[in-house]
Amino acid sequence: MTTIADPMGFLLFTKGPLFNIAIAIFALGLAARLAEILLLGRRPNFAEPRAGEWLPGLRTVVTRTLPDPGTFKRAPFNVLTGLIWHVGFLVALLLFIPHIELIKGLFGVSWPGLPNPFVDLVTAVTLVALAATLVHRLTHPVKKRLSTIEDYLIWAVTFLVVLTGYLAYNRLINPYPLALGLHILTAELFLILLPFTKLTHIFTVFIARWYNGASFGRRGVQS
Amino acid sequence: MSPIANPVVNPEATAFNLERGLAAFRAEIDGPVAAFFSSCVHCGICAQSCPFYLETGDPKYTPILKLEPLRLVWESEFTLWGKIKGALGLQQRVTDAMLAEWEELIYDSCSMCGRCSMVCPVGNDIQAMVRKSREGMVAAGHAPEGLAGAAVRAVKTGSPMGLQWKTLQVQIEHVQTSSGLTVPVDQAGVDYLVMLSSMEVINFPEYLEAITKIFDHAGVTWTLSTQCFEATNAGIQIGNKDIAALLVERVVDAAVTLGVKNVISPECGHAYTAIRWEGPNLIGRRYPFRVFHIIEVMDQLRAQGRITTAGKELDRLSLHDPCNLARKSGVIQQQRNLMDLVAEQFVELPEHGRFQWCCGAGGGVSSNERAEPLKLAAFKRKKAQIEAVEPERMVTMCATCRTQLEEGLEHFNMDIPVVGLTELIADHLVDKEEPT
Repeated sequence: MTTIADPMGFLLFTKGPLFNIAIAIFALGLAARLAEILLLGRRPNFAEPRAGEWLPGLRTVVTRTLPDPGTFKRAPFNVLTGLIWHVGFLVALLLFIPHIELIKGLFGVSWPGLPNPFVDLVTAVTLVALAATLVHRLTHPVKKRLSTIEDYLIWAVTFLVVLTGYLAYNRLINPYPLALGLHILTAELFLILLPFTKLTHIFTVFIARWYNGASFGRRGVQS
Repeated sequence: MSPIANPVVNPEATAFNLERGLAAFRAEIDGPVAAFFSSCVHCGICAQSCPFYLETGDPKYTPILKLEPLRLVWESEFTLWGKIKGALGLQQRVTDAMLAEWEELIYDSCSMCGRCSMVCPVGNDIQAMVRKSREGMVAAGHAPEGLAGAAVRAVKTGSPMGLQWKTLQVQIEHVQTSSGLTVPVDQAGVDYLVMLSSMEVINFPEYLEAITKIFDHAGVTWTLSTQCFEATNAGIQIGNKDIAALLVERVVDAAVTLGVKNVISPECGHAYTAIRWEGPNLIGRRYPFRVFHIIEVMDQLRAQGRITTAGKELDRLSLHDPCNLARKSGVIQQQRNLMDLVAEQFVELPEHGRFQWCCGAGGGVSSNERAEPLKLAAFKRKKAQIEAVEPERMVTMCATCRTQLEEGLEHFNMDIPVVGLTELIADHLVDKEEPT
């Protein structure tokens, strides 16, 4: 397969066999990761609880999406760029009509999307916010210290997924099958890496937040 | 393992080593730990919640970094991916040198205040994982000397400061003379067994006098126990379950011997979380009694109309919420209800309750002499909060917080006295003989 010589062949390869491989690795890898976590479980807790665990846990799953006012004041750039690109990424992923069509084709479920030009604008903003997070990672002493090769790799893959989508939609790479093929390829790379990297947080964040909220909630504190 | 076979208590018994340390780290890994490490995206927000990072500006104090040894054990032994990397020789391992370097991060620069656990966007309970990491550090022989000393004294003498009952007996006599009331000792079947901390006995004897007056006023039956009066838990601070369980058992035994319905923890914050939340899990069973902090008990008495006060403090008062009591135990409204009884001008610190800032001395930091400069640095966060509302006095309800506030304010030449809320309530009780 040569991509330049045969863009359509490349696109069909990414949409066909590679897509199936990526989905399989993603699904099996993620199932293994979730099993690794959930099978560990927790020890029984004999301390008299002040309140239940389920409701506070579920509340924390929702409320941790936004920071407390003090944290926002201390780290506005970090919080805002993080929020903006996450929201932008989710809008582009879940509310772009061709993506909804794809999901409908795969799972048979669908929902209304947003007008393409709006998603296009959101995508551009997402790219700018992602670039800003990279600058922040490279310059802020804490983030510099925390960052590993994986952080930069995942940044690059995430950025490329969004960028290739933007380039394909705006016909900035020609021919179009090549542009779309590249977008699908990067998305597949994203899926393949997901279970083995910090991208797992897309799913485990709900478990982590719940455990946190449950533990504090049991002690009478909404965390 | 019996405490006598414990290397902290008896260094000749078993050698500390990396293997034992790794086994202890391994034993601490559960579903939440795996979910937390799987979810960290290295965003660095936890640093913004840590007084040790904020006041030093040194990124090595970023809370999640303090967990690197625990994370490596999890990754290499509890994930398929880590095992594959291990087989390929690509997985980093925890070494003794690494743990030696991390000792400062896990002990000196962490008061286990739990603020990071409240702000982490993915919900990582970082504080709980620091507590877990300490188990591994102790077993590997990397716990600070100051804490090890306190743990040894606690096991051998019953008090982390080596305090004996006879010292408390002298206090009791003072209290009886000055109040004209009796301090009940070893009274079976009463409502409350009152536990103390050595620091209260030595530094804040007014606490014992205050509760003696309050309980007399409210008609509460209570007692001290000669079998066990100390409820602080050096085992929890250093991070050793065997010692911690032994110290909890002593309290449970004393309560069972006297057949009390309730146990009141010392004002001390960590003693409360130790006996209230960790204790039953350390001994592996439910208690046959309930556990309260004195603030909870006083607020219950207030709600039942059993505390009648007269007059109010007229100066501007503010309140420091101990982390262990507020954020980690949900006792937040009770102290405010009690402040309303006795304070004319009460002003809240800018961030309070579950989002309060640590005084910088908790989690064993104050028992670790080496951590003194960091403890003082972390206090600057509290100092800034206090400066923002300019109270004339600070009120709190934890002996460690109170000592740190007093020392810190004095260090920075701030003339703001610190008082205990229990004493404040006792000062305003309406005299039973002369009802108003």
